[in-house]
Amino acid sequence: MASVRIPTVLRKHTNGEAKVSADGTTVGEVFSNVVTTHPGLTSSLFDGDDLRGFINVYVEDEDIRYLDGLSTQVEGDDEIAIMPAVAGGA
Amino acid sequence: MRFGDITQAIGNTPLVHLHRLSPPGYRLWVKLEGMNPTGSIKDRVALSLVRAAEASGELQPGARILEPTSGNTGIALAAICRTRGYHLTCVMPSNTSEERRQLLRLFGAQIIESPGDQGSNGSVRMAQELAAADPDVFMPFQYANPANPQAHHDGTAAEILSDLPSVAAFVAGLGTGGTVTGVGRRLKAHNPHVKVYAAEPQYGDLVYGLRNLDEGYVPEVLDADILDSRIKVDSRKALAWTRRLVSEEGIFAGVSTGASLAVAARVCTRLPEGADVVALSPDGGWKYLSTGAYDIGDVDELAEDLEATLWA
Repeated sequence: MASVRIPTVLRKHTNGEAKVSADGTTVGEVFSNVVTTHPGLTSSLFDGDDLRGFINVYVEDEDIRYLDGLSTQVEGDDEIAIMPAVAGGA
Repeated sequence: MRFGDITQAIGNTPLVHLHRLSPPGYRLWVKLEGMNPTGSIKDRVALSLVRAAEASGELQPGARILEPTSGNTGIALAAICRTRGYHLTCVMPSNTSEERRQLLRLFGAQIIESPGDQGSNGSVRMAQELAAADPDVFMPFQYANPANPQAHHDGTAAEILSDLPSVAAFVAGLGTGGTVTGVGRRLKAHNPHVKVYAAEPQYGDLVYGLRNLDEGYVPEVLDADILDSRIKVDSRKALAWTRRLVSEEGIFAGVSTGASLAVAARVCTRLPEGADVVALSPDGGWKYLSTGAYDIGDVDELAEDLEATLWA
């Protein structure tokens, strides 16, 4: 089962949990299972069928934009991390 | 080497082969931007920002400059402002290290603190509000100013190509996105097969103190299409690689350097055998000594203790 790391700003939708687990063979499948259990996350993660703009999603540390997006394969206990897009140090 | 002015000493930094850290069959190199006059890659950016604004007439003698920064850009701008008579105010997260404050004050800059729990996002927002309310102040705004990536296109990348024409991949950290964008464009124009990877710091939870996701921010200078991948690196991994760099190669660098080295080592196997991979070291470790990041001790424990301040 994949684990999904929830950023602080979205933990109000997961009863404060920093990590939730869900089944799925792609990021999209895992996310649709996650929002079924935590419906409050839906509008935070999705804008229609697409991920919202200020969200970065990583599978095993790799940004899914450079993999296959929501179709990116998820294996075994892969970690999917959701992180808000923020300005970096400079 | 002799120079007529400190700004002429910017750039032409060493590119050093990492014999001991290179994975078998690959060659890792690190470009030491900490060798710039104020100790970071931001000397290049600051000079480029100031020159562009002088050329366009936005910067007039005696002008006031305001800029959001977590330190390096501020320190670099402050030094340049000294020689040109500008007055600099930096908006900086409150949890940045003491050394950065000491340097900024020494160079005569004013510091306005933004909330530490909002990270650089908070200083960007505060600086934008302050600039909007003060039409006479000039904000170079490194996060959206094309003079930022241009400095890396014209300087950083040109030096890499001249020192290592066979470069196959380039890795740098994501702050404004200026380095990966500027260097990436030049390297890919030289050879479209060159790969460009961004190392994204996984900030501690506290740094993501957003009230909602609409407060998120993607810097305008970042050209996401120039990247071949974007890989996040947690504090533990970044610290571990920073320590390996000093203990195995004798190079004392900031923690962002460790993050880029972690990514460089990870992507090697995606490249042809024998490939040359350049990781960029934006600064040395000097300004972070007081954070405890270099204290003797267990890296895992240190990383946990430092989550909130390590990348600030």
